[in-house]
Amino acid sequence: MSRSLLELNNVEARYGPVKALHGVTLTVGEGELIAVLGANGAGKTTTLRAVSGTVKRDGEVIFNGKKLPRRPEATARAGIAHVPEGRGTFTELSVWDNLRLGAYVRRSNVKDDAARVFKYFPPLEERRQQQAGTLSGGEQQMLALGRAMMARPKLLLLDEPSLGLAPIVVAEIFRVLDAMKAEEGISVLVVEQNASLALAHAARAYVLEVGRVVVEGSSDELRANESVRRSYLGY
Amino acid sequence: MAVAAFTWTEFAQQLAAGIREGAIYAGLALALVIIYRSTRVINFAQGELATFTTFIAWSLMNHGLSFWSAFPIVLAIAFTGGVAIERILIRPVENASVLTIVIITLGLALLLNGLMSIIWGGQNRQFHGPFSTRTIDVGGVPISVQDIGIVVTSLALVALLALFFRYTKLGLAMRAAAVNPASSRLVGVRVSWMLALGWGIAAVLGAVAGMMIAPVVFLDPNMMQTILLYAFAAAVLGGLDSPLGAVVGGILLGVTITLLGRYVEFIGSTLKLPAALLLILVLLLVRPGGLFGKVAVRRV
Repeated sequence: MSRSLLELNNVEARYGPVKALHGVTLTVGEGELIAVLGANGAGKTTTLRAVSGTVKRDGEVIFNGKKLPRRPEATARAGIAHVPEGRGTFTELSVWDNLRLGAYVRRSNVKDDAARVFKYFPPLEERRQQQAGTLSGGEQQMLALGRAMMARPKLLLLDEPSLGLAPIVVAEIFRVLDAMKAEEGISVLVVEQNASLALAHAARAYVLEVGRVVVEGSSDELRANESVRRSYLGY
Repeated sequence: MAVAAFTWTEFAQQLAAGIREGAIYAGLALALVIIYRSTRVINFAQGELATFTTFIAWSLMNHGLSFWSAFPIVLAIAFTGGVAIERILIRPVENASVLTIVIITLGLALLLNGLMSIIWGGQNRQFHGPFSTRTIDVGGVPISVQDIGIVVTSLALVALLALFFRYTKLGLAMRAAAVNPASSRLVGVRVSWMLALGWGIAAVLGAVAGMMIAPVVFLDPNMMQTILLYAFAAAVLGGLDSPLGAVVGGILLGVTITLLGRYVEFIGSTLKLPAALLLILVLLLVRPGGLFGKVAVRRV
């Protein structure tokens, strides 16, 4: 495994009095695509939220060798782009403004960055003046990834990219994820219901059950694991 | 009471007066909308804040400054004051209910009103504006330079703000923070500070409205109270969520009530406010979201 970029050590998280994570430990290496699998309510989304600081958390989160502050604004500045559940699109604003917001923490030429995004997602260029809320689901997912790409993050936290999309669109999204990883050197921590899809693209994966990591290993190991196969891959 | 015969010249003059009234409402309505969009709260202290800053301008001019040299100083004070008020009074209750914040703005209005009476006294003051009251001939219609100056200044400020919100990174961040605070935080926007900036900008809008209207109506601590009601009506008319709506609503309201006051005998000058509110009531029955607003439709 490459040098670790993100480390979670025994991280707990709670919504009010309800504990959602009971001590999650995981690592994402530089340039790795790591998947988090699990059933509904296992704590997958909360794991991402604990990293970006959008939920109350305890325990240690180390990013790029430093302790990560628990404020979303600060994690964005540190180089983490979080595409949350529901994609976090600014539906009232134009596609172009959504992309500009993606680059908010950077001092840079927005046009050059946008050109890179449009290279990956040509439909966005045609619709740049359109209100983001009027895009199709697939286009909104492209916009969410484009917005994240605009920040030139070191780490992308991606929540259920396949949710509600046609298989052909999902394949396209994951193809771009692979390209982002290879060409931009972005590490990815992706939460996904579709386990076979996630394992096809991830180097390693963690399986969560009720707020704990129950299985971890390389994608091949997980595919060979009896219980993972039966519970999450369905064969 | 007999109404004099109708002439087009007089109609044009009334129209100009209406636009001047409307420009003031527009500025103040825009201030209300900017704060409402980000916090869902009507800032009831907006009027007193405007009057307070106008009094500061009056004091500066009493110490020998000209209007236009006092003007930027007052805007800077207004902006700083607006930001400071948000940080000190609103920030601690940011996550409290809307009612809590509304009560705070009401309390602030009372506090500022009392402070003004203590500092400057309760009597009317003459406020010497920057524009002459003589009239010039605009296409055969005599219109006062002051009216033109008020409209141009108010609308120039609105246009500047529009450019700021549309083209600058900070303006974009403020819009984003208003429509989607959670996502804004994730892209690195300091949402809480955007609210404070909104208060600063709203205070500047109020200060300009105050300094523009004071030469017309005399300066006293209650100067903006009726005007704030009209501004509120204008904001609702335009749709509380829409900055463009606030400006259009303001001008429309100013023109409508001025013309109604002049040409509908039983309204005159005494029933203008009720007439304005009645109009808005009727409009809201037809278009609940106002002219430019969106009605919140929720799927359940």
